[in-house]
Amino acid sequence: MSIRNKAFIVGIYEHPTRKAPDRSVAQLHAECARGALADAGLSRDDVDGYFCAGDAPGIGALSMADYLGLKLRHIDTTELGGASYVAHVAHACEAIAAGKCRVALITLAGRPRSEGRSGTMVRSHPADVPEVSFEQPYGLTTVNMYAMAAMRHMREYGTTSEQLAWIKVAASHHASHNPNAMLREKVTVDDVLNSELVADPLRKLDCCVVSDGGGAVVVASPEIAASLKVPRVVVRGAGETLKGVHGRAGVDLTTTGAAMSGPLAFEEAGVTQGDIKYASIYDSFTITVLMQLEDLGFCAKGRGGAFVADGNLISGVGRLPFNTDGGGLCNNHPANRGGITKVIEAVRQLRGQANAAVQVPNCDLALVQGCGGSLGTRHASATLILERL
Amino acid sequence: MSAEAPLGAVVTTPESRHYWEGVARGVLLLPRCRACGKAHFYPRSFCPHCFSDMLDTFEASGRGTIYTFSVMRRANPPYCIAYVRLEEGPILLSRIVDAPFDTIRCDQPVRLVFRKTAEGDAVPVFAPV
Repeated sequence: MSIRNKAFIVGIYEHPTRKAPDRSVAQLHAECARGALADAGLSRDDVDGYFCAGDAPGIGALSMADYLGLKLRHIDTTELGGASYVAHVAHACEAIAAGKCRVALITLAGRPRSEGRSGTMVRSHPADVPEVSFEQPYGLTTVNMYAMAAMRHMREYGTTSEQLAWIKVAASHHASHNPNAMLREKVTVDDVLNSELVADPLRKLDCCVVSDGGGAVVVASPEIAASLKVPRVVVRGAGETLKGVHGRAGVDLTTTGAAMSGPLAFEEAGVTQGDIKYASIYDSFTITVLMQLEDLGFCAKGRGGAFVADGNLISGVGRLPFNTDGGGLCNNHPANRGGITKVIEAVRQLRGQANAAVQVPNCDLALVQGCGGSLGTRHASATLILERL
Repeated sequence: MSAEAPLGAVVTTPESRHYWEGVARGVLLLPRCRACGKAHFYPRSFCPHCFSDMLDTFEASGRGTIYTFSVMRRANPPYCIAYVRLEEGPILLSRIVDAPFDTIRCDQPVRLVFRKTAEGDAVPVFAPV
């Protein structure tokens, strides 16, 4: 069975806040849920499937469903870090195709900015996590682990810091048109190269923002979608996988899980890279974008540096407009998880509702790529291909 | 050179105790599978390559090369985290010590040395040859 054309994304909402010291995380989830349901023209009582991940307070969905007052017949709390919400869309399509629910609500929210949580802090995990005994003494942070992936990519393929910087430059051009973006100033390659070296070779401007906020997405059956006034955005294909460093394959930091999830999604969708008009690419760091673009097949492996250079990702300038909201690099990375905003901006593009200066003309096919966890250790990859009918 | 950055605490589990006992004696013990012949890291109760539970332990030479690394400049003092490819095959997460940060390179040869945590436990790290 395929999920192709079995379910529609009918509601989206990105919380406008980027700093929310006076709101609870649950409250942010609720505000996002209300926003996405209002966008769809649906009510809370239409929801019969709920999806959330590790940012939701409580055990799985237990507390959130109770708090939101949901009456459910399908629940999925798949936890794939920042990629969770990309996978949740696919899982919602599966559930809808199987008749397990008709209206699926997906929410994300968090306050890492107010709570002072960033990717430069040493990560600590419970002792029964099997790798902890062998990793914890060495000082893993989010940024130094992605930095090691970047360092090896540079070694193997000659990728440069200048090329990585182009990714931030493109994101900043897009963010300059987004009144809600955290970083709205256009930056240059030199600005990126002159920013603080955080963990070689990654500099401050290679990193995403730390922002409070959240987002929600509503996925519905074709029958429900047909009854709504929103533009028709259908899910054509999806893929997901996990990749680690201590299993069978060993350490290979220059390839992401997109090398598996991407082909699965393209095959299910029956389209190719050349058909994609817009791509939301998970952008925790500049290197995350570069490696996933290669692994998705937008360019040959190792040629990502040349592909992203000279504005090729800037809407209206280059061949592959990406993250036209400014992405995690400049706009928003709520809960330190960028998955849901990737889905939301792709839907805006397909609906023709992106900011006017960055709207891709005739945008009928978009790709969403999520990456959760760490490219330096273990990560999840989830890919979606969406179409405007 | 200024003071070296501290290491995090050593946590042992039933599956890692043997490894850390070896480290305390100054050796790096790695598992090798009797069924498929491959060594692996990190040590566990079965072989991640073929899923057999027939494992032997051998003493690694301690020679390897830097697969990749990053100097965490934000930390005070900074430190260099790295994946080191052992000559026996497995790659392990570690740190590079006794090297000016700007001289560290991918594929550079390194050798096993040890450092102590604040609690006095030995931890395997690597230094340039």
